[in-house]
Amino acid sequence: MDEQALDAIISAYDSPSGRLLGILGDIQNTHRYIPRESLEMLSWKLDIPLSQLYSVVTFYSFFTLIPIGEHRITVCMGTACHVKGAGEILKNLEKLLGFPEGITEEQRSPVTTKDNVFTLEIARCFGACSIAPVLKVDNTLYGYAKAEDVPGILEEYGWKKDDY
Amino acid sequence: MPNEILVRKNRGLKKIQPDIPRITVGLATCGAAIGATAVYDRLKERIRERNLEVILVPTGCIGYCREEPIVAIAHPKKPLVLLHRVTPDDVDDILDAVSLGTVPFEKALCRIEGWNHLMGCNLNYGRGFEDIPLYDDIPFFGHQKKVILRDAGLINPEDIDEFLAVGGYSAAWQALSSMNSDAVLEEVEKSGLRGRGGAGFPAGLKWRITKEKVNEKKYLICNADEGDPGAYMNRNEMESDPHMLIEGMILGAYAMDISEGLIYIRAEYPLAIRRLKHAIKEAKECGILGKNIFGTDFFFDIQIATGAGAFVCGESTALVASIEGRTGRPTPRPPRLTDSGLWGRPTDLNNVETWCNVPVIIKNGSDWYKSIGAPKNAGTKVFSLVGDVERVGLVEVPLGTTLNTIVFDIGNGSSDGKDVKAVQTGGPSGGCIPRRLFDTTVDFESLAKIGSIMGSGGIVVMDEDTNMVDIARYFISFATGESCGKCIPCREGLKHTLILLNKILGGKATPEDLDTLKSLSETIVETSLCGLGNSAPNPVLTTLAYFREEYDALVKS
Repeated sequence: MDEQALDAIISAYDSPSGRLLGILGDIQNTHRYIPRESLEMLSWKLDIPLSQLYSVVTFYSFFTLIPIGEHRITVCMGTACHVKGAGEILKNLEKLLGFPEGITEEQRSPVTTKDNVFTLEIARCFGACSIAPVLKVDNTLYGYAKAEDVPGILEEYGWKKDDY
Repeated sequence: MPNEILVRKNRGLKKIQPDIPRITVGLATCGAAIGATAVYDRLKERIRERNLEVILVPTGCIGYCREEPIVAIAHPKKPLVLLHRVTPDDVDDILDAVSLGTVPFEKALCRIEGWNHLMGCNLNYGRGFEDIPLYDDIPFFGHQKKVILRDAGLINPEDIDEFLAVGGYSAAWQALSSMNSDAVLEEVEKSGLRGRGGAGFPAGLKWRITKEKVNEKKYLICNADEGDPGAYMNRNEMESDPHMLIEGMILGAYAMDISEGLIYIRAEYPLAIRRLKHAIKEAKECGILGKNIFGTDFFFDIQIATGAGAFVCGESTALVASIEGRTGRPTPRPPRLTDSGLWGRPTDLNNVETWCNVPVIIKNGSDWYKSIGAPKNAGTKVFSLVGDVERVGLVEVPLGTTLNTIVFDIGNGSSDGKDVKAVQTGGPSGGCIPRRLFDTTVDFESLAKIGSIMGSGGIVVMDEDTNMVDIARYFISFATGESCGKCIPCREGLKHTLILLNKILGGKATPEDLDTLKSLSETIVETSLCGLGNSAPNPVLTTLAYFREEYDALVKS
């Protein structure tokens, strides 16, 4: 991100309340991750120590310091989705995308395929509980999802059997 | 009201009840996800192609999520007819019927002859289509009482004219033009309104404490960080009726003499954020927000701050830290936010639904409000009824309604003929309630007495196939991941609770492990720093109390 683009983002926030998370969110949305250079530049511009920015970025699950894939798949792990079988959906996604270890309890951070096409992550709740279980690919929400629907959904995004 | 607002109000009434047919499509997040957007787009395209004299408008969600997508048809002087489970393939049949002055009966769910929007607006739609059941005769709707959701699914949430038409902002006008700020506060105090975020603290008392801080800059915040998994009523309140929230905040600001307000909303709710931003812009254009509200010298502005995916930020001190750009780690209370909140200033923080209750209290008075609900639990509460229940949806009932009414009369029991075993209320901070206690009334005290909490209003139904130990493990896993890591009881205690539960589920535990599980849980409750840790063991403690046999069956004797 060049300085001008960052300045444009910063200038959109005229009140200090909610500013830092808003700026970080905008950087994340622009790059699909938060590049180190942007963080360094931001540290200098806002006069906030880099260590403090690092602490904030790693605290909130919405931010990532590693580039995420072209398509971001988020499986909702809310209570209603859990009761309705979200675990099976996640397992199937892990299998089809080639993550034998999967997203474990201890390691909840997103995982990305080597070709950087798919990122798989879990969310605590989308608030779409009435159509549980739910998964989201980029900005599209899939309700009443079933584990066996997963290959069909992935195919919409260019996935082919045996790719991973 | 100022003339330009009255002009808009009349225009809004014409929009809701035009001289030609009006078709509306429920377009909140979940409806849109299961086809309502496709239905809306097809309707738009075909209306244009067929050159029909029909108005098409998006609305919020009426709450019967199971029957989505829902389309409503209003012919002039005829009842409003709700169609359910509509697909794009139904669009031509719908338009054929509408152009003949009728409705497609086979898709009809119910008809509404008139609707009281409670803000001095009682809309009369008309008579006719008597073969279609009345709204009140549909069990899902008939047992409900819509106060907060009075406009949801009936008006266009992106058009302030329609909100004004159904009486919106009339309470704010009434307060600013003819009540002093003390009178507004007293009315809220007398109403007995309690915080809808879960704790049930008297809202009027919190307001009074904040009001008494004079000669200081103060803030007012709406907590829209609806993080409990299984709860989405705040999302719908904001997506379906965003101006109602804004009106509540204006009244609070006036009562407490505050000029700066914030809505802290989770990033997972993009549609709610968009609609709120739009509503704020509209309100400013009409002179209802910003400087000189309604031409008076009262000033109040609202800005939006978004979260970034951290459950603990629903906790008040963590929420403030997050707005200030810090990690969302709670700090010990006192000081409370009302003494030292955002940027060290006195701050009043209330949940979305608490704010939404205020306009209707000011408009209709505290006596009217207290006539709804139960003693010490005035008003209604919106619940999201989800999980293994047939009629999934958003349900608004007076406080004091029994779980039986909610799960069976409204929800019609489990989704596939199985027995209902339990409900979970209050999210990760709540507990599992067995069916034998379903005559418990849903209010702050009764739920606490049986080890659960009302929380923000999620009710997840579980059928006989549910393994309750697994449910406890699920919540502990959630809380372990969301613990901010600051205090040891929560950070380490929950981790070890999870290890114990995994051991039990793996069939490797001994009876002593169950004792350890119980005492560890009780220790976490007593010694954690904030509400997250204080309440995170509740799912374990309640399942141990009510479903002990499931634990025993997994333990080696």
